[in-house]
Amino acid sequence: MSARRFAAMSRFNVASLALGLAFLYLPIVILVIYSFNGSQLVTVWGGWSLRWYTAFFNDEAMLTAAGTSLRVAAVSATLAAVLGTLAALALVRGERFKGRTLFSGMLYAPLVMPEVITGLSLLLLFVALGAERGFWTVTIAHTTLTMCFVAVIVQSRLGSIDRSLEEAAMDLGCGPVKAFVAVTLPLIAPAIAAGWMLAFTLSLDDLVIASFTTGPGSATLPIRIYSEVRLGVKPEINAICALIIGAVTLAIVTASLATKLSSRRGGNAAPM
Amino acid sequence: MSARNIFTRPARLAAIAPYGWMVLFFLVPFGFVLKLSLSQVVNAQPPYLPVFDLGAGWQVLFAAFSALSLDNFRLLLSDNLYLMAGLRSLTVAATATALLLLIGYPIAYAMARLPRRWQPLAMMLVIVPFWTSFLIRVYAWINILQHDGLLNQVLLALHIVSEPVVWLSTDTAMYIGMVYSYLPFMILPLYATLSKLDPALLEAAADLGSSPLQSFWRVTLPLSLPGVGAGALLCFIPLVGEFVIPDLLAGSDSLMIGQTLWLEFFTNRDWPVAAATAVMLLLILLLPLVIYDRFQRRQMVRS
Repeated sequence: MSARRFAAMSRFNVASLALGLAFLYLPIVILVIYSFNGSQLVTVWGGWSLRWYTAFFNDEAMLTAAGTSLRVAAVSATLAAVLGTLAALALVRGERFKGRTLFSGMLYAPLVMPEVITGLSLLLLFVALGAERGFWTVTIAHTTLTMCFVAVIVQSRLGSIDRSLEEAAMDLGCGPVKAFVAVTLPLIAPAIAAGWMLAFTLSLDDLVIASFTTGPGSATLPIRIYSEVRLGVKPEINAICALIIGAVTLAIVTASLATKLSSRRGGNAAPM
Repeated sequence: MSARNIFTRPARLAAIAPYGWMVLFFLVPFGFVLKLSLSQVVNAQPPYLPVFDLGAGWQVLFAAFSALSLDNFRLLLSDNLYLMAGLRSLTVAATATALLLLIGYPIAYAMARLPRRWQPLAMMLVIVPFWTSFLIRVYAWINILQHDGLLNQVLLALHIVSEPVVWLSTDTAMYIGMVYSYLPFMILPLYATLSKLDPALLEAAADLGSSPLQSFWRVTLPLSLPGVGAGALLCFIPLVGEFVIPDLLAGSDSLMIGQTLWLEFFTNRDWPVAAATAVMLLLILLLPLVIYDRFQRRQMVRS
């Protein structure tokens, strides 16, 4: 009797998981399929075609915006990876230091802080400093947001590392710096890489903060897409979105393969 | 001297750069928001009258302090538009969070019940949509929900409705967009607590004669409350200030507070009122933010 009851439970579980995943993926799949729609009308299927991809690659303004976005994302993700890793090190290994509470608070708050607040406050800072708004202001703004995500990811990895590995390295004659570079850094490298990628996609994705902090001539891709979307659905936007989805999927698959490889190496190191 | 102690000092030095960065680019800017929210609007570039110039000496500073005005806040409190926006933000965020819990819990529960080796895959499948652009995900729903979009086509073909239903620019569309965009934020903390639940506890409950429903109600649910809290905060706080989703999916007859801030800033170019709106939004979120901070810290101590 109880076996049947458990079977019913698991059928419920299977159903909710399947429905949940369908809900998460169906809209994206539909969007990608419609990006290959040959028809001028977004809702009428006119056969498979690549015409909207060609349209995008001939759209000078969109291409410029995409270039800006990619540059901002690359620079800010790199800065965020460095700063976020340092922050994670301080939080996990620094034990108690003065201002630690404020530090962790400042790192966690941006994760949930409404973007309109972060965007507006950074803009006011840039205006007060007399900084010319453009590429660098957006980059700094994105670094500020994304380094917090890097810090959280690296922190959880750093916390799970077996410290006796470092101690062993030092017993064998390494200084703290050498032990860190030779032992700790390779172990947290996958987390830093994952953090970099998350920072990159978050930056590529951000509309609100970029809208506040950008200047004339440095519109990012989301800003361009947003201004088009407000006017209604356009087939060309479908193609751009499908391209971004494709790039992100490719990056995630690569990253997860890399993590798998390195964790296999880490798995060998752990029982040591 | 153990390795632990040797690492402490360099680790503290590592804090300097990110600490300085966050103070300069996260903490200090709030000061500017506060200052601007007390300033007067002028027709200039930037469009506000500076309240005080720190380089100008004490007398000027004193004069400036007496010129500080609460006019912006008086405006916010007297004009129904802002109060309604604040109220709407809170109710919308609370409703969306409740929906997220109702939909996210069964999914997280099912993930935690999967065979161990399937769980990482399920987790990745939930995270991947979070990596694809937020804007694109909202846009995908515009595609589906528009007048002659896929949803109406399907409903018409199945003869469920006889004429197209208006989905776009309604609260329904907004809630769909919110649940869709924030679902991973709800599922992941729930899954984290549910997967750590000791199955022996459920066996014990069953041995003591409780039905699966009873043991869920009296064992699983109470033990998963930390995950419920974390997920709810993680969704509720940013939802209150959400801009993109209500702007693209909801109607324009009633605005959320993030939208009024955007409107004041970009359309009306009234920076001081925008700043005052930001301060108001922060005040609304102060309590949830403090709870969230406590939560994070307790989580860190445990890990």
